[in-house]
Amino acid sequence: MTIAATTKVPPKRSFARGVHPDDAKSLSAGSPVEVLPMPKSVLIPLSQHIGAPCESKVKPRTEIAVGDVLGDSDAFVSAPVHASVAGATAAATVVTLPNGQHVGAVPITASDQQPLAGRALWDDIYGGDWPTGTIDSFEPEQIAEAVRNAGIVGMGGATFPTHVKLARNPDKPIDTLIINGCECEPYLTSDYRLMLEAPEPIIAGALLAARAAGAERIIVAIEDNKPDAIEKMRSSAAGAGVEVVGVHTRYPMGGEKQLIVAVMSREVPTGGLPLDVGVVVVNVATAAAVARAVLRGKPLTHRIISITGEGVVSPKNILAPVGAGYAALIEYCGGLTDEAGRVISGGPMMGFALGDLDTPVTKGTSGVVVLTEEQTRKAEETACVRCGRCVDVCPLGLVPTRIALAARNMDWEMARRYYITACCECGCCAYVCPAEIPLVQLIRAGKAGMPRD
Amino acid sequence: MGEEEEKTEQVAPVLSVAPGPHISAARSMRRVMIDVLVALVPAAATGVYVFGWRAGMQMGVCVVSCMFFEALFQKLRKRPQTIGDLSAAVTGLILGLSIPWTAPWYVGFIGSAAAILIAKMLFGGLGSNIFNPAMAGRAFVQACFASEMTTYLLPGKIGPPRAVEIISQATPLAAGKFEQVAYNLQDLAIGTVNGSVGETGAIACALGGLYLIFRRSASWRIPLGMLAAAAVVAGINQALTDTVMTVGHHLLAGGLVFGAFFIATDPATSPLSSRGRWIFGVGTGVLVMLIRLFANVPEGVMYAVLVMNMTVPLIDRWTVPKPVGGRVQK
Ligand code: SF4
Ligand code: SF4
Repeated sequence: MTIAATTKVPPKRSFARGVHPDDAKSLSAGSPVEVLPMPKSVLIPLSQHIGAPCESKVKPRTEIAVGDVLGDSDAFVSAPVHASVAGATAAATVVTLPNGQHVGAVPITASDQQPLAGRALWDDIYGGDWPTGTIDSFEPEQIAEAVRNAGIVGMGGATFPTHVKLARNPDKPIDTLIINGCECEPYLTSDYRLMLEAPEPIIAGALLAARAAGAERIIVAIEDNKPDAIEKMRSSAAGAGVEVVGVHTRYPMGGEKQLIVAVMSREVPTGGLPLDVGVVVVNVATAAAVARAVLRGKPLTHRIISITGEGVVSPKNILAPVGAGYAALIEYCGGLTDEAGRVISGGPMMGFALGDLDTPVTKGTSGVVVLTEEQTRKAEETACVRCGRCVDVCPLGLVPTRIALAARNMDWEMARRYYITACCECGCCAYVCPAEIPLVQLIRAGKAGMPRD
Repeated sequence: MGEEEEKTEQVAPVLSVAPGPHISAARSMRRVMIDVLVALVPAAATGVYVFGWRAGMQMGVCVVSCMFFEALFQKLRKRPQTIGDLSAAVTGLILGLSIPWTAPWYVGFIGSAAAILIAKMLFGGLGSNIFNPAMAGRAFVQACFASEMTTYLLPGKIGPPRAVEIISQATPLAAGKFEQVAYNLQDLAIGTVNGSVGETGAIACALGGLYLIFRRSASWRIPLGMLAAAAVVAGINQALTDTVMTVGHHLLAGGLVFGAFFIATDPATSPLSSRGRWIFGVGTGVLVMLIRLFANVPEGVMYAVLVMNMTVPLIDRWTVPKPVGGRVQK
């Protein structure tokens, strides 16, 4: 393996190209996490991850408790979903998630008697002690199993089932686990608040995940626009054998491939995965969920969500149950302002615009950003002027304008020649395009429409 | 809070749905074109200083005609008007700056028609054109009005109001090539010599060019590659022959600096990738010098750019950048 040789290159803490949007984090960065008062009902989608959807495991009108399994699948690349509130189920329906997927969903009417609420709920999820002394007593398979059963998926937004990443593969040994605290999307502050308010479960989860994957080195990477989070994580990590590094603030630093270049100077091969270069990347919130699953035996039922943007009356960070409606969260933050023009699930670069605010939040919902009409106004699309700006910013070194052209003409040979499948849909190209060409949308459509060879 | 809720219910905002990214840092084409116009001010001012009102006339005729022809074309084709992006104004100004101060007004007018109607709009408009419109227009009038385009004196052998007098007011490149007379480098740098309206002042052109690059409205690789390549070829020529034209003369005289910053950098007709831009810049610089040294014309910027324009699709094909992670797809 050439891994040992490449590690000697001092990491640059950055990657080539990319963009520098205004991070706009100050809107919600200063608000400590608040626990959302129990909504009257939640709607829990049966597929909140990449991979096989779950089948419903509950009948309508059943009394259920927090943490009961609502859906599961036998497929390896899948993750079960659990009830996030106590109450009674209703007949399963279908819901359209912000990314356009239609998935089955189980409605639950919350009962008046919830076991935990307010501060007690926070303490159960992120508070209290997170003993790291016993971690070596867990077998790697045992950790991966607990992670699967807890339904943990990538909470940074990618929603790839975490147990699949952590499962050991004898052909592809892992030497390094990167805990991703970059939160490079503008506006979002949920990971930031988590790092400030609950660093211990992140560290415990990192140690567990590293043990499961067989990684010897653990690096927590945080963008340097969050110096207090770096400080906090450093003091928490002291003595645990976990390194905390600050990386440059540059979008999309939180992308796995960019982060691995910045932290390790290793390039994930085109079309490959981080494990091809001996690395696993896990988001900070995901790591905390791993700790809770293994040390406390609790499934993933809640997450921190930033409700922010110029279109929200009072931006906040909220601990909310999976399945709560976007409308309920926005209402808790004082509602939309008169200028609100677009509600985005996720960040403004890669998030999806919401048409229906009654959609439920899922395990991968890191934030809700409401922008004003003025902020999202765009000039009319014109022909590509070949200015090359998209090429200058693509973090993967692609030629976005050519890929988009190929996708538009359904010229798959050309699309492949320009590496369409390598595109990570980060949006840098469309962000700078003076012709306002919807490059990412075209590329995404091209990937979906391309015949598999 | 109750009040706010009521308020938001009364005026429910209209929410839009569109694909991401939802924010944009794009500077409109109009903004980029304004940068180019601003960057051309020093060159234009030098032109007016050296050549007087006729310089202003050339620029004015070309700018107005280019915008007129683009508007006319769009009107006839019943397409939305595009002159608002100001690319036609830029083409007009560059064309006006690259024709002799002595040319009659209809030269600029016809050149504008060729530039906009043939080179730009018939190819599909901004971005789809293969040839730099201003240079295509100039080539057209050069063919139609050969003597008007190569005469730099008004009837009665009247030279430019503020140019130094050497050899019957020939342009510096023609003087060097055909009379073995070298102009003073200082005059070349300032621009007080005979020539086309906007290209005589090397310093003024470079100032505007640096502004463009500073504003990231033009690639720096193309001008650097072009000037460096031209300097190298001129240097070899200086070392091997007994020419009076030094590297400095070749760099400062004629339209090299003007072309490097304002013509070769035209995004629509230059390559997309950084490697492609280097190749394009160096290729143009070498061609300019080969034409100057070996062809039967004193200046080569226009032909060099037009020839290199044709190679852009090929360069783009050859220089598909290596993606991060390598070319082999796993
Ligand atoms: S940024 Fe837009 S206009 Fe410029 S080359 Fe790319 S696609 Fe074309
Ligand atoms: S082509 Fe893909 S990877 Fe490159 S900037 Fe555009 S969205 Fe990002």
